[in-house]
Amino acid sequence: MNANSGAISTTSRRSQTTLRAFVGRYPLLPSVALLALLLAAALAPLVAPYAVDGLDLNHRRAAPSVSHWFGTDEIGRDLFTRVLFGARISLAIGLISAAVSAIIGVVVGATAGYAGRWVDALLMRFTDAMLSVPRLPLLMIAAAVLSPSVLLLIVLVGVLGWMETARVIRSEVQSVRARDFVSAAQSIGASSSRILLRHILPAVMPSATVAVTLAVGRGILLESAMSFFGVGVQPPTASWGNMLYQAQSTMSSEPWLGVFPGAFIFVTVLCCNLLGDRLSRDQRSSRT
Amino acid sequence: MFRFAVGRALQAVPLLLVVSLLVFALIHAVPGGPLSLYLDNPNVRPQDIERLRKALGLDRSLAEQYLAWLTSFVRGDWGYSFADGRPVIERIAERVPATLQLVGVSTLAAVVLALLTALFGAQHKGADRASMVVAVAGISLPVFWFGLVLQLLLANWLGWLPSSGRTSFDGGGVGDRVAHLVMPAGVLALAHGAGWMLYLRGSLRTTFATPLAGAARARGIGETQILLKHALRLSLLPFVTVVLLDASIMASGAVVTESVFAWPGIGSLFTEALAKRDYTVLMAFLMCASMAVVLLSFVADVTVHALDPRTRQST
Repeated sequence: MNANSGAISTTSRRSQTTLRAFVGRYPLLPSVALLALLLAAALAPLVAPYAVDGLDLNHRRAAPSVSHWFGTDEIGRDLFTRVLFGARISLAIGLISAAVSAIIGVVVGATAGYAGRWVDALLMRFTDAMLSVPRLPLLMIAAAVLSPSVLLLIVLVGVLGWMETARVIRSEVQSVRARDFVSAAQSIGASSSRILLRHILPAVMPSATVAVTLAVGRGILLESAMSFFGVGVQPPTASWGNMLYQAQSTMSSEPWLGVFPGAFIFVTVLCCNLLGDRLSRDQRSSRT
Repeated sequence: MFRFAVGRALQAVPLLLVVSLLVFALIHAVPGGPLSLYLDNPNVRPQDIERLRKALGLDRSLAEQYLAWLTSFVRGDWGYSFADGRPVIERIAERVPATLQLVGVSTLAAVVLALLTALFGAQHKGADRASMVVAVAGISLPVFWFGLVLQLLLANWLGWLPSSGRTSFDGGGVGDRVAHLVMPAGVLALAHGAGWMLYLRGSLRTTFATPLAGAARARGIGETQILLKHALRLSLLPFVTVVLLDASIMASGAVVTESVFAWPGIGSLFTEALAKRDYTVLMAFLMCASMAVVLLSFVADVTVHALDPRTRQST
């Protein structure tokens, strides 16, 4: 019996392992863009043209030019450099909070889907309650109350992002639980935890991957919205969101200060959503 | 039907209780409690803080405070705003009409947008691809950035529309009000309509693949007819459910839009209260928003149950 039954693409074993098949599964442009961004963010200290807090006092409030690709801010810091360093914070928050959401979501969803009955009802009611509270206002209040460090911010965003994942995983687990290999395992006396870990979780991995990809985009949007209102990442640490916060008042005189960071938020989240959408479509088509 | 509605209503109560617990726990998680604002103020003596604490009942146990807060909330006593001392319920009520106007208009626009693009896209491949691109872009858009860019473009550079507020200083007629409404409503409509576009398109696509559509085609019914009479009817109900739920969430998404465009609704009240750490207003806002979501989801559930016979088989 193939342990991957139905969960991954049904192309033959041989082509599954070739690079072409691997690459063909992912939409080219968004994936390349995301990888390039991740690389640039990781290597920011090496790639950036200026030091992150370097001041070019002769070129303050300068429009984009050859020496300063994205222009400079009011104290002469190069915007392109700041955007690169801001990418580190924003991407880190997006990725790690998505991981946190994924873990919580998988645990809650799998428990609800597998246990059924009152455990399921209880967990789903709790999930509904969490979804009823508007997320951004709640996060903003929590951040205003707690004045979080970047780490705590990641935890906050992660703790409010698991609900969608939980729902998806729950319905996946419910459908997998009805499959033959699960009842076969149960009939030979496998314990519930073994069935969950060895059989069910691997089968829901693809859905979890899609959910995580979308959660990254959501996390980035949430963090930047919070920073935009001044309750997220605090200056001088640069994040795309708080760069917009500082650029608000000068949008008409120095538009580049707001346009570029926001454009990066947009493009990053767009790539995440395109990737997630493509992954989920591939899953659905391989299942029919 | 009645039994179903009552059952659903009863289920909503524990949900609201859980929400109220969450909201209460959050506000009291402030280091220093709700009076933390005064702790930083050098003019406020420790004795004053103690007096305030006793007066507001903050020296009682958390459970007592929660029950007291909950009972007065249900009775309509939402406390007084820390910022200007007026009753919170008054401050919220006076701002609700503006938000209703904004959310109402943008919901309408978004529904029309979603319906038109889904229907059009079902028939023309090119339009479909284009609208899907726009839809994915719409859900990825940081609303605050988009609002700022539009303000820059349409108000500052081109001067076509006013940049913020609900009306001009000197009043102004219907045209003026409409001009002020265009950008904020447009931004909200795009942000939410994009998700609805995707949803409706997916729903229609699924219906199209079913034997129902095949049978209709075999009978010689034209594509448009199938689309409008059969596929849309099936997809319309879940679509309405999604719209209702999202509309209530829009009221909180309006927080961003209202702040960027200085629209005098409850969203901007929220950001003002946040800046001033006005916890009574913030708590009331969270409770109202959550109640709206629960209420609308209840309405959606009951409507679907009443109108869609398939849901009645499995009670």
